[in-house]
Amino acid sequence: MQTVFSVGTDALAYGMVLFVISIGLSVTMGLMRVVNLAHGAFAMIGGYIASYAAQTLGLGYAVAILIAVVGTILIAIPVERFLYRRIYGAPELTQVLMTIGITFCVIGLANYVFGPTLKTIPLPELLRGPVDLGFRSIAAHKLFAIACGVVVAAALWFLIEKTAFGVKLRASVDNAAMAASLGVRTKIVYAVSFAVAVGLAAFGGIVGAELLPIEPYYALRYMVTFLVVVSVGGAGSIPGALLACLVLGGIDTTGRYLLPEYGEFFFYLAVIAIVCIFPRGLLGRKK
Amino acid sequence: MSTVFQVQNLKKSFGGLAVTQDVSISMAPGDRVALIGPNGAGKTTFVNLVTGHLQPDSGKVTLGGEDVTALGPTRRVRRGLVRSFQVTRLFSDMTPQEHIALAVLQRTGRSGRLLGNFHAMPDVMTETNELLHTLGIDHIATRKVSEIAYGQQRLLEIALALALEPKVLLLDEPAAGVPQSDTPRIEAALAGLPADLAVLMIEHDMDLVFRFAKRVVVLAAGAIIFDGSPEDVTKDARVREAYLGNYANASSAA
Amino acid sequence: MASVETTTPATKTATGPNWLLRDLAGIAVILIVAAIGFLLFPNNLALLTRIIAIALLVLSLDLVTGYCGIATLGHAALFGAGAYASGIAAAHYGITDPIAMVGVGAVGGAVAGLLSGAVILRGHGLAQLVLSIAVVHLFHEIANKASYWTGGSDGLAGISPDPVFGVFEFDLWGHTAYGFGMALLVIVFVLLRLLVRSPFGMLCRGIKEDPIRVSAMGASVQGTLLKMYVISGAVAGIGGALNAISTQVVGLDSLSFTTSAESLVMLVLGGTGSLFGALIGTVTFMWFEDFVSAANPFHWLTIVGALLIAVVLFAPKGLYGTAVQLLDRFRRQ
Repeated sequence: MQTVFSVGTDALAYGMVLFVISIGLSVTMGLMRVVNLAHGAFAMIGGYIASYAAQTLGLGYAVAILIAVVGTILIAIPVERFLYRRIYGAPELTQVLMTIGITFCVIGLANYVFGPTLKTIPLPELLRGPVDLGFRSIAAHKLFAIACGVVVAAALWFLIEKTAFGVKLRASVDNAAMAASLGVRTKIVYAVSFAVAVGLAAFGGIVGAELLPIEPYYALRYMVTFLVVVSVGGAGSIPGALLACLVLGGIDTTGRYLLPEYGEFFFYLAVIAIVCIFPRGLLGRKK
Repeated sequence: MSTVFQVQNLKKSFGGLAVTQDVSISMAPGDRVALIGPNGAGKTTFVNLVTGHLQPDSGKVTLGGEDVTALGPTRRVRRGLVRSFQVTRLFSDMTPQEHIALAVLQRTGRSGRLLGNFHAMPDVMTETNELLHTLGIDHIATRKVSEIAYGQQRLLEIALALALEPKVLLLDEPAAGVPQSDTPRIEAALAGLPADLAVLMIEHDMDLVFRFAKRVVVLAAGAIIFDGSPEDVTKDARVREAYLGNYANASSAA
Repeated sequence: MASVETTTPATKTATGPNWLLRDLAGIAVILIVAAIGFLLFPNNLALLTRIIAIALLVLSLDLVTGYCGIATLGHAALFGAGAYASGIAAAHYGITDPIAMVGVGAVGGAVAGLLSGAVILRGHGLAQLVLSIAVVHLFHEIANKASYWTGGSDGLAGISPDPVFGVFEFDLWGHTAYGFGMALLVIVFVLLRLLVRSPFGMLCRGIKEDPIRVSAMGASVQGTLLKMYVISGAVAGIGGALNAISTQVVGLDSLSFTTSAESLVMLVLGGTGSLFGALIGTVTFMWFEDFVSAANPFHWLTIVGALLIAVVLFAPKGLYGTAVQLLDRFRRQ
């Protein structure tokens, strides 16, 4: 029972962190059809900035998050403007190479600026200890990560289903050319979505830093995981991404607890099975 | 009259909308049939059902006496049901010669060979060059397809289908997109098709239909409303009814 | 018919002799470069042999990516499978004849090609890419877990190949390994040149451009691609076997995502869809890597990243493709 509970909460926390980071990737890939392998790099940049703000400058956790999210978006804007725009609509291979290139650069630079060591983001007092749920206790930061996932999912749902921007976004995902001819300024929709995606990646990188530690190879280590989430969930689908994160988080965490010597064997086996059975993802849109 | 190709009671609906309703057509070797119909009549669905890209809800497709309804598109091609495409689908980096040679190699079961080259296979070279010559595109045989004119690409498309030695040839708007000045060459190519080949042409251009077809089939709202001679088609009341909403006069609609 | 003026069938084409000449020139260039390498870096033959092994991997990747249009980030699975197959044959079964080891490696790679091809070809686009990544990770985890056979993360040791033909011993300086590798590379290169212009090679090029057209010609697209995957696996497996023979160990890195991604980078750097491009890309990348990473391994990553971005933006056809293009333009003027 104890194991089931800790596996469950760990899986949930891990899944939610994955969700916060990869949901932006899913939306932008559904929208712009860009295979973006550099998404994890933005999560990593967020983590580094937050760590610098909190540890070196001694700022508070909330302020550090804010600075990191804004800072990452500011860094991403020129990258989008000068590099990503060149590969919208390009063949997949081109997109893969460009975004791997960006990832390598970010890793190299992060290592040069911050060094090869692991960076921590000191948690505030509130998130440090365990929280007593009455029958069990759970680490506060995990609870916080889960809460963040829920809030992000709810906020995105609201943004996409209930606001004017959401209408434009959905129209552009469905048919960009049609949306453009109906007067939607798709370039702005693209830019805003990209900024939101990057901001969420940075946010997820900070919130999940306890589970996915910040170090230079972060961008490469989890690159595949984020891509897998999008592919399993179906590009552009928020419920799909949520489901994929929970399923993959569950499989990965259970595997690590019960059969640690098999490493990520079951994780990738599950990925192959799911992608073969659902080539458009669990909740992917039909063509 | 022997039958080489037969479609019997073909039905297909998408989510309750019947796009093909009980369609039956039968063709003998040497037939020249034109399939026409207003936009949205279900011609594309019909082509996809016949070629095997879609499975019918019910009905039967027979090719040379064999039931091919359950077979996929490539198997049907191998049994002699060959199609051309409405919009040219060619390999832009290859030459016309390579296209035809590849088709000949495929037909003769040699396209999977790991060694050798078609230049060194006299029978392939002869057949390829003859076919290109017949279609009048041998002077551009070794240019890249991306560098030749659209009319020539359409001729190559027909040559490619012929290289597969079909029993039944499905021509999907063979003159679509070709400049007016080049249409005589396409028509000449169509007139020169093998005499024993059964040809089903899907076409909008009524001039071409009247010149080419010995028989016209009219599809409207997924059902066949006319199957008879070109002389009678414009006199038919149902055909006029089906077309009048779209065209003022069926015979001059191009 | 409308065109009567054209009666002479086109026979003046780029036929046999022309190709033969180009192939012979290509082999000559390879041998000259090999000799220069031998003379300039007599103390670094291990690196040169490794370059040959990786070149075989990149050639193999070119077969599926360059000639068939399949984007994969999991091609090291085939290389590693070949390396482990020949390593296990030597360490566990006493098959230590180098030529037999290469044979076992080729078979191991081909089997891996069949398996991973069967998985990867089920998807398209993003799904295909993700499947290829999952496949290489799966192979990696299997090799890690089956440590009795593979040595796990310590690597598979105890590989001591016999002398080639019973005469040429694998010496400490790597002379034999280098010569053996060069011989393999030239043989494979010649065979692949024949392959890419065979009817099968033509069919693959057709599939890359328009699979629907190919199936409308009555050819099986999936069957053809799977066959190419098996061939590609054999080539990569030979590369893996060469690596196992020359270094006498097989490590998990031979099955890694990083090796897969790097081989793709090398291919694109040199130019996809050309065997010369694959070779040029490998040599340039590996030499550059050795040169820069000796100074600072992390700058190396930044430079590779920048290089990739530059290639995508300014030379999408790769070094070889761009050179050919420039030469063509120069000739036309």
